[in-house]
Amino acid sequence: MASSSRHFVIPSDFAKMREVQQIIMTDVEGQPFDDEGIFAIKLALEETIINAIKHGNKFDPTKTVTIDSKTSADQFEITICDQGEGFKRKQVPDPLAEENLEKSSGRGLLLIESYMDSVKYSNGGRCVKMMRKNRKL
Amino acid sequence: MAANGSPVSISMTDGVAVVEFTNNKILDEANIKEIGDRLTQQIDAATPPKLLLDFSAVDHLSSAALGMLININGRIKARNGSLRLAAIKPQIREVFVITKLDKLFKILPTRGEAMDSFKV
Repeated sequence: MASSSRHFVIPSDFAKMREVQQIIMTDVEGQPFDDEGIFAIKLALEETIINAIKHGNKFDPTKTVTIDSKTSADQFEITICDQGEGFKRKQVPDPLAEENLEKSSGRGLLLIESYMDSVKYSNGGRCVKMMRKNRKL
Repeated sequence: MAANGSPVSISMTDGVAVVEFTNNKILDEANIKEIGDRLTQQIDAATPPKLLLDFSAVDHLSSAALGMLININGRIKARNGSLRLAAIKPQIREVFVITKLDKLFKILPTRGEAMDSFKV
């Protein structure tokens, strides 16, 4: 299957998020990623868009989330930007620290960074660009 | 299969509430809240509460779902109860390992082993 490039601008709305996720995951499943790769991309995509809507835009209906994805046989790459206040990665508490292990939030970034091969934050934390290579190839 | 579209199916076996997830994804916030509410009701109805969560149907979960499980674990501990997780697929198990939650929860390979562990 040929590579796919997508561009979406969606409101801070979970229903719209699901539509976009479905389109992107159809692109991914159309490429020769193995089950592990598909699982990783699906999880990172979920966590990143939720972060943008919930923690970035704080469900503000006047703010949007911009999503640009490129899916090929070699790799999956996506940039997701919100219109929130941004954040500093270093200031996010480490969920693996003993004192945070029983806290009920704060694991999304850890999962994203664990499952992707590269994760870069820009524009004051309002944008995240992440990539996972197709390890099956 | 649970009636009326409930996200969990709960049955009692030897005083243990055995919880099966009826959806293969635990992702949506509303769905996660509903699961949390159902499990909280179950915990509050028993003294001490004993819960076994059977993950055999679950293919995907989010960090929000992990948060709900942590809250459930805390509530059970506060009531001197016991929680076991069982039949977690390897990809989901990896999520628990990455987040070190495999150290917080008692995870058993099968439902049978989880049931047995309540007797120890």
